[in-house]
Amino acid sequence: MRDETQRLTLPDSPGNSRSYMYLSWRRLTRKKLAMTCLVIITIMYGSGILAPLVAPYGYNDQNLSIAKQGPSLTHPLGTDRLGRDMLTRVMYGLRTTVIITVISLVTGALVLGIALGLIAGYFGRLADGIIMRVGEVTSSFPDIFLVLIIVATVKPRILQWVRDFEDSSGIDWIVRLGIVDYLVISLALAAFSWFGMARLVRGQVLQARENQYIEAARVMGSSTRRILGIHLMPNIISPVIVSVSAGLGAIAGAEIVLSWLGIGIQPPTPSLGVMIFENGNISVLRSDPHLTLVPSGALVLLLFTFSLLGDGVNDAFNPRVR
Amino acid sequence: MGTYIARRLLWVPFLLLIVSFITFALGRFGPGDPVEILLGQHFSEEVAQRIRAQQGLDDDIVTQYTRYLWEVAHGDFGESYQYRGRSVTELLQKRIWVSAQLNLAALIISVTLGLAAGLFAALRQGTWWDSATVAFTLVGQSLHVFLTVPIALLIFALKLDLLPSHGWGGFFSPHIVLPALVLGIPGIAIVARLTRASTLDVVGQDYIRTARAKGLPERLVRVRHILRNALIPVITTLGFSLAGLASGSFIVELYFGIPGVGLLTIESLFARDYPIIMAVTLLGTTLFVLANLIVDLIYPVLDPRIRLGGDYVAG
Repeated sequence: MRDETQRLTLPDSPGNSRSYMYLSWRRLTRKKLAMTCLVIITIMYGSGILAPLVAPYGYNDQNLSIAKQGPSLTHPLGTDRLGRDMLTRVMYGLRTTVIITVISLVTGALVLGIALGLIAGYFGRLADGIIMRVGEVTSSFPDIFLVLIIVATVKPRILQWVRDFEDSSGIDWIVRLGIVDYLVISLALAAFSWFGMARLVRGQVLQARENQYIEAARVMGSSTRRILGIHLMPNIISPVIVSVSAGLGAIAGAEIVLSWLGIGIQPPTPSLGVMIFENGNISVLRSDPHLTLVPSGALVLLLFTFSLLGDGVNDAFNPRVR
Repeated sequence: MGTYIARRLLWVPFLLLIVSFITFALGRFGPGDPVEILLGQHFSEEVAQRIRAQQGLDDDIVTQYTRYLWEVAHGDFGESYQYRGRSVTELLQKRIWVSAQLNLAALIISVTLGLAAGLFAALRQGTWWDSATVAFTLVGQSLHVFLTVPIALLIFALKLDLLPSHGWGGFFSPHIVLPALVLGIPGIAIVARLTRASTLDVVGQDYIRTARAKGLPERLVRVRHILRNALIPVITTLGFSLAGLASGSFIVELYFGIPGVGLLTIESLFARDYPIIMAVTLLGTTLFVLANLIVDLIYPVLDPRIRLGGDYVAG
């Protein structure tokens, strides 16, 4: 398979000295649609991360005299029922999405998923059996039911512990900043999403470890860590990238569903899910449809760009498909 | 193949056991006292203790769980906490029927429209119809119900005043149209995309040329050779939609106030109605696991090149 990749990439690089990652990245940059999506996602994530700096207003600045206005020059996306600027609220809502997706992705897919996948694939036997069975259990809960039930039951308990801790220690900002919400939801989503990545990595490792260079490395006396990190990882990285870019939209969507149900991020911390819930009833829709359509539109734009980017990344990084 | 099915089937009860224990433990770990919710404003410590003793809520978790399993094994899922005096089985039966109808309607919409659009696009590759279908399949998959529900309500219920915006009236009432459509849209996109891709793949195969060369009527070529092979990926989606019968539609059910399983599950989650949560988990997991198994089993029937058990990887 390695030979094939080399041959396939020859026309791209006369010197044949550039790395596979570089070539894949260059293939991706040539795709206009994928790059447009990447730019949109960067803008959305950027405005989320930098919300306190770039947002035109504060997310809780109320002005009842201009409540429920449609889009205008001063408020590009209009104002909500308390006269708060919708653009600002969406930006802060995106900040929540950014935090949740990044934490769940890093802990669930990247750390847990890859590590357990490597262990299961490389060591096989007992480790493989245990990891795969545990994964099957977590993934046999229908839909996001596991996340739902974890968040609904565990979060109030942890909140209570943290409040007790705050009372006894004099610290008062942990609950107020919503850190508990963020952590519990991210970790529940991570528990939900690690198995897909682990299974993928395991499959790749099972294929890759039969290669002679692994045997050679073992004969040379390389440590297991070195074999896994230096020899196996680079060979399985592109399916990992593809899977990450395809899975981000799902995590973002799940957080928004949780907040919409009222068990996710709690107001006044802005979240797209909370905004959609608050303005989701038919009477608001009748009088001020933009209150629902703006946050829902932002969500769909995010899901849409993630899905197109995922396709583009898949084409660029997956040598088999090309 | 026989051993493979047996192995998969044998694993199901263990899976259910573990999944149900996790749910059971999480439910007990969560806050809120079901007895308090049950009694509401008539709460008194004396009555509460009597009920707890009656329901066995004072015992430790393993005892409670074993007792629960024993009852389930005898077909008794217990009594709902929030709907007093109603058995879980009775409550669920009605709700499942509602959700099944809704999801079936959505499934019919996805499969018929998706299949038709995909086949048409592939057989007329390069025309505007093809481009339009491709564009729709790209957008359609990302059309979350959070956007399609308000838009559908805005157009069909508020502006045109054609369809009701809320409630449930069975499979043949106009109430089903909007929720089923909204649930079906992403499915249309997925089915159309898969059908188009697999049809294009199949159309270029040698055996299609052979079929045409031997003088088979075009209609038979399409039905027997193209459609049959193009159906494989669609079956997968169908399998997953089957699993969704138990759980997938809860957002839509909440939006439209449809008394299905999803609505009941969310209600029970907030009311700490353990017996219902447990029953839904057991049921949902069983359906989900079996649906996946069925999909895996249907594959080799449709495509003999696929072998079970992973001893042969095509590629």
